[in-house]
Amino acid sequence: MVNFPTWKKVLVALICFIGLAYAVPNFVDEDLLTGVPDGLPNKQVNLGLDLRGGSHLLIEVEVQKVIDEYLESLVDGARAELREARIRYRALGAQTESMGVNIIRPEDHDRALTILRDLDLEATVSQSGDRFTVELPEPIMAARRSAAVQQSIEIIRRRIDETGVREPTIQQQGQNRIILQMPGVEDPQRVKDLIGKTANLSFQMVDVDNQLNEALAGRVPPGSEILPMAANARGPGQPDVMLVRKKVDVSGQNLVDSQPSFDGRTNQPVVTFRFDTAGARRFGEVSTNNVGRPFAIVLDGEIISAPVIQEPILGGTGQISGRFSVQETADLALLLRAGALPAPISFLEERTVGPGMGADAVAAGEIASVVGLVAVLIFMAIAYGRFGLYADVALLMNMILILGALSVLQATLTLPGIAGIVLTIGMAVDANVLIFERIREETRAGRTPISAIDAGYSRAFTTIIDANVTTLIAAILLYAFGSGPVRGFAVTLSIGIVTSMFTAIMVTRLFVVTWLRRKRPDSLPV
Amino acid sequence: MKTLHIVPHDVDLSFISKRLIYFAVSGFLILASIGLVLTKGLNFGIDFKGGILVEVRTDGPADIGAMRDQLSTLGLGEISLQEFGLPTDVLIRIQRQEGDGDAQNQAVALVQQTLGEGVEYRRTEFVGPKVSQELLQDGILAVGLAMAAILVYIWFRFEWQFGIGAIIALIHDIILTIGIFALLGLEFNLSTVAAVLTIAGYSINDTVVVFDRVREKLRKYKSMELPELLNFAINRTLSRTVMTSVTTLIALSALFFLGGEVIRDFSFAMIWGVVVGTYSSICIAVPVLLYLGLDERARGNMDGSNEDGPQSQADRP
Repeated sequence: MVNFPTWKKVLVALICFIGLAYAVPNFVDEDLLTGVPDGLPNKQVNLGLDLRGGSHLLIEVEVQKVIDEYLESLVDGARAELREARIRYRALGAQTESMGVNIIRPEDHDRALTILRDLDLEATVSQSGDRFTVELPEPIMAARRSAAVQQSIEIIRRRIDETGVREPTIQQQGQNRIILQMPGVEDPQRVKDLIGKTANLSFQMVDVDNQLNEALAGRVPPGSEILPMAANARGPGQPDVMLVRKKVDVSGQNLVDSQPSFDGRTNQPVVTFRFDTAGARRFGEVSTNNVGRPFAIVLDGEIISAPVIQEPILGGTGQISGRFSVQETADLALLLRAGALPAPISFLEERTVGPGMGADAVAAGEIASVVGLVAVLIFMAIAYGRFGLYADVALLMNMILILGALSVLQATLTLPGIAGIVLTIGMAVDANVLIFERIREETRAGRTPISAIDAGYSRAFTTIIDANVTTLIAAILLYAFGSGPVRGFAVTLSIGIVTSMFTAIMVTRLFVVTWLRRKRPDSLPV
Repeated sequence: MKTLHIVPHDVDLSFISKRLIYFAVSGFLILASIGLVLTKGLNFGIDFKGGILVEVRTDGPADIGAMRDQLSTLGLGEISLQEFGLPTDVLIRIQRQEGDGDAQNQAVALVQQTLGEGVEYRRTEFVGPKVSQELLQDGILAVGLAMAAILVYIWFRFEWQFGIGAIIALIHDIILTIGIFALLGLEFNLSTVAAVLTIAGYSINDTVVVFDRVREKLRKYKSMELPELLNFAINRTLSRTVMTSVTTLIALSALFFLGGEVIRDFSFAMIWGVVVGTYSSICIAVPVLLYLGLDERARGNMDGSNEDGPQSQADRP
C-alpha cells in the first residue's frame, strides 16, 4: 500500500487533470466556448429548468381516439356494404378494440365474411355462431398507436418552432406521453393554447335541405350533424349552432400553406390558405356545384366560418374570415400550417419556474455549497492536522471531478442536485475519516508509521466499498424511479459517491505516501 | 499540529447493556410515528395528491388577505396561501380540481387571470390525478426496491443476521422520518422520497461500518462473549461515526440555513435522518444481532468461506 508505483501516480494525476480540464469551461464566459472545437472541453453544466427558469409540460396523447376513429370508420363501411348487399344484420358496433356484428340469416354468412374481410386487409375477421368480429392484430394496433404519438411529437415540434421558443426539447416518455421542456419560457399559457388544439380542419356543406329546428328537436337527418358556431364566427342574429353535412369535402390535410393576412376590402384580419392539387380540384368541384349555398369551415368540431359560395373557387386558394383579432389569425394560420394532431392531447403535469426564482435558487445553492465546503475543510484540518489538509485537497478535487463529470455527461443539474453535491461534501470525507481513524488506531496499537498507514488504507478499503455501494444502490433506484429534479439529485449523488471514493483513497494516498517518503517520520501527526 | 479527538481513543461506553432502554425508546417512537401518520396524516404535496401550486412575488409586502378574497371567489375549492421566505412572496396551493390534467390547467389560467400582470410568477406547477398516483406508486416502489437491494447486498457481503439487523435499523429510520413529517406537518413530496432514500443510504452506510468491525472482531476474538464483542466494535468505530456525522451535519446545516426556502424541508429531513441513522446503527442494528443467533456456527462460517481479500491479508502484518 505504501508502495505507490509511478504509473499509478501518473494515472491519478491524469484523471485529476482531465477532470479539471472538463470543469474549467464552467468558469469562463460562454461565448469563449463556441470557438473551442468538439473533443476538447467546451461544455458547461446543463442547468435544469428549476435553475435556469422555464417550463416543463407532461402531455398525454389520447391514442385510444385513433383506434376509436378507425373502428368507427369500419362500422360505417360495414353498414354501407352490408346494406348494399342486402344482408340483414343487428348489433353492429365498435367495442374498445374491435368491431362486431350479428348476421341474421345463415345463408348470408359467407358473403358477409367476404365483405367484412375486404373492409381492411390488415384486420382479421373471426366468426362465432352468427357473431362476426373484426379486429386488428395487436402488433398493428400498437404500431398505429405509436405512429400517432410520433406524429403528435412532430406536429407539436412544428407548432413550437413556429412560436419562436428557443431550444425546446420534446421527447416521448413511455407509450403515449410526451415531455416538453422549454427553457426560458415563463408563461407557457400561449404555448399550451397552441399545442392543446387538435386543429382538425374540414370543409363541409351546410345542410340547407333540412330544418335546423327539426334537428334540434331530436330528428337529426342521417348524414348531417349539429355543430356549434364559434363566438366570433357568428354574425348578429345568427344562431349559435348549424346543421352541417357530415361528409368532409376537403380536409386540413390538403392544405399546403396558410398565412395571416388582411381582407382587401374590409381590412379585417383573415387567414389565407392554399390547397394542394387534389384539394384544389375537389374544392373546385364542390364550389362549382354549390354556388349560392353556404359551407362551413369546421375546426375541432366548431364552425369558425360559414361563408356563402359566391362563385366557383378554382384557384385552390381561399380565406377564412370572421371577427378575428390579429393574434387569432396568426395562431390559426400557424395551426393550419403545422397540421392537425392525429389524436387529442391533454396536459397531465406542468412545472414552470420563473427566471428570478431560478437565479435565486442558483445563488442560494452556490452560497450553501461554498459555506458547507469551507466549514468541512476547516473541520477536517482541525480534526486531522496534516492528513486533514490532504483530505481537504481530495475534497476540492472531488468537487472539480463532479463538475467535470457533470459537464462531460451533460447531466442536468437541478436544485435537489445541488443538495446532492452539498451532501456529498459531508459524506465524501467519510472515507478519509475511516482511513485516518484506522491509522490512529493502528498507531496506538504500536505499529510504525508506515505499517499503520498501510493497515489503515487496506483495512478501511473494504468498509469503504461496502458502505458506498449500498448508498449507490439507493441512488440508482432513485434515478430509475424518480422523475425530474429528483433524478438530478440521484445523478449528482451517484457521481459524487464514485468520485469521492477515488479522491479519498487515491488522491490522499498520493500525498500521504509522498510525504512519508520524503520525511520518514517517527510518529504520525494524526 | 495538534489534532482533534472528539471521542477519546479509549472510549468504553456500554451500549449493549442498555439495549432494552433503546429498544423501548425506539419502540415508542415507532408507535408514535405510526399513530401520528394514522391520526394526523401526512401533508402530501401536489406531487402525490395532485393539485396546483403557484408562487408569486408582489412589489411590496403581499396582502395575503386580499389575495385570498380574490381567489376564493373563483370556486376552485380549498385554497391555502402562506408567506414563503419573504414578506413579498406568497405560496398558493389549490386543491386538485375535479377531472383530469386539463381541469388543473384551466384552473391555473383562471388564477393567473385573477392575479393579473402585477405579480411575478416565480413558480407554477400542477399535477393531474393520473400522474400524482403514479408518482406515489413509483415512490413507494423505489423505497421498497432500495431496501430489498440493500438487504441482498448485505446478505451477500455478510451473514444473513447482519442483513436482518441492517433492515430493521433501516425500517426504523424510515418510519421515524415519516413520523417527524407527520408531527411537524412538513410537506411530503417527491423530494421527501429522495430524502428518505438518501437517509436509507446513509443509515446503511453507517451500519455497514460498524458491522464490518463486528465481523473483524468475530474473526479475531473467537472466545470473546458476543455482547462484549459487539460493544467493543461499537466503541472502536465510535470516533469515526461521530466525525462523519459531524461533517455531514455541517454540510446539511449550510443547506438548511442558506439553501433557500424550496429545499428547506428536504434539508431538514436529511438532518433528522442523519441523527436517527447514526443512533439506529449503534443502538438498534448492532444489539439486534444478539437475538439473531450470531453464534459460534456463524463465526465458524465466516472464518473459512467468506471472501475478503485485503482485509485478511492485513491481519498478517
